Amino acid sequence: MFEMKGELALVTQAAILLFVGIFAGSLGALLGIGGGMIIIPILSVLMGLPMRYAIGASVIAVIATSSGSTIAYLKDDLLNLRVAMFLEIATTVGAITGAILTGVIKGKWLEVIFGLFLIYSTYNMVQKLRGKIKQDATNVDDDRWATKLKLQGSYYDQLAQEEKYYQVTHVPGGFAMMYAAGLASGLLGIGSGVFKVIAMDTIMKMPLKPSSATSNLMMGVTAAASATVYFFNGSIHPHIAAPLAIGILIGAAIGTRLMQRIQPRLLRMIFVPILFIMGIQMILKGCGVIN
Amino acid sequence: MASKESAQTRAEMARVEKVIAVIMQIGVIISAIVIVCGLVMFFVSGQSGYAGNSFPHSFAAIGRGLVSFKPYAVIMTGLFLLILTPALRVLVSIYAFAVMKDHLYVWITTIVMIILVIAMVIGMYGI
Repeated sequence: MFEMKGELALVTQAAILLFVGIFAGSLGALLGIGGGMIIIPILSVLMGLPMRYAIGASVIAVIATSSGSTIAYLKDDLLNLRVAMFLEIATTVGAITGAILTGVIKGKWLEVIFGLFLIYSTYNMVQKLRGKIKQDATNVDDDRWATKLKLQGSYYDQLAQEEKYYQVTHVPGGFAMMYAAGLASGLLGIGSGVFKVIAMDTIMKMPLKPSSATSNLMMGVTAAASATVYFFNGSIHPHIAAPLAIGILIGAAIGTRLMQRIQPRLLRMIFVPILFIMGIQMILKGCGVIN
Repeated sequence: MASKESAQTRAEMARVEKVIAVIMQIGVIISAIVIVCGLVMFFVSGQSGYAGNSFPHSFAAIGRGLVSFKPYAVIMTGLFLLILTPALRVLVSIYAFAVMKDHLYVWITTIVMIILVIAMVIGMYGI
């Protein structure tokens, strides 16, 4: 009878993780984030799992989100494969650096760093919500690197119903930012879409739609770099990562289906306060104020 | 004319992206099936196949576990296949850029692939 009880607890935990995955996967795809921002606070603060396993499971979730939603993006012709490949050199090296650092830094410090990252993301989202809905940059000229690397591209805009062509600029700056994005991704087990969008959207002046689709594609390869490190050093626990991954795959399929139809604005407004509270809680937990 | 040339390149890119989409789809589906099989085995038998909270995380240990159908070994195999999916995409892209005679991107993509292999070595042996 008590065996039943133990098994039941395991089943319950797996079921919870499956639903966390579905929730994080659909929201992640809709907001263009890897899902780690949602998963890690839930695993660490709400479920009390060790940060190491939370990060390991989250990296798997990032790959599942990316692979699941890239399939949908590809059909929409939004990706820029050359930009992705070139910048992946920076993100994968960053991701490996980050994954190595995670082994060195104490769990509570990781929680504090993650909390700070969440609060920064909140600030970022609030800025986006505050009036200035960012227009895609116009009259961008290729820089020397973009021409040499053939980074310019085009995509089909479903709202405007036309093919839009774009150029890319400030490639070295974007490349450096991508290393930082990879580092954050490897260290915290996140997709770090926020930093990737800074690199492509703010620095390299790519339009938002292709840059978020490309960012999503890059998340998978970036996370694969840190995930291999985590997999072989035993940070990816099958009982935690497996139900989460399956949930994420289901959620990502739901999220990308909704993506072309939903305004991310409303979602952000709901999501920002939750994220902020989670960030504070992570910091408090890391400092030992709460458990 | 430049625009004609770029239209041709674009058509080729679209073809490449379609191939990559199919590959990723297959990769994700296969790994999901393996993970689900492992989870079902785990819940049906009520055993992970390993003592306490431990689980296999090296090729040798996972391979040994697979031979005797241990649930955690099956799950870990599925998770590893999932990690391999983006790597497989990189590998296919090398081939795709080679077919398109885009030598610069053959190199760039090869560098990414080498970095991923280095990650595996670091995970196995530390630095």
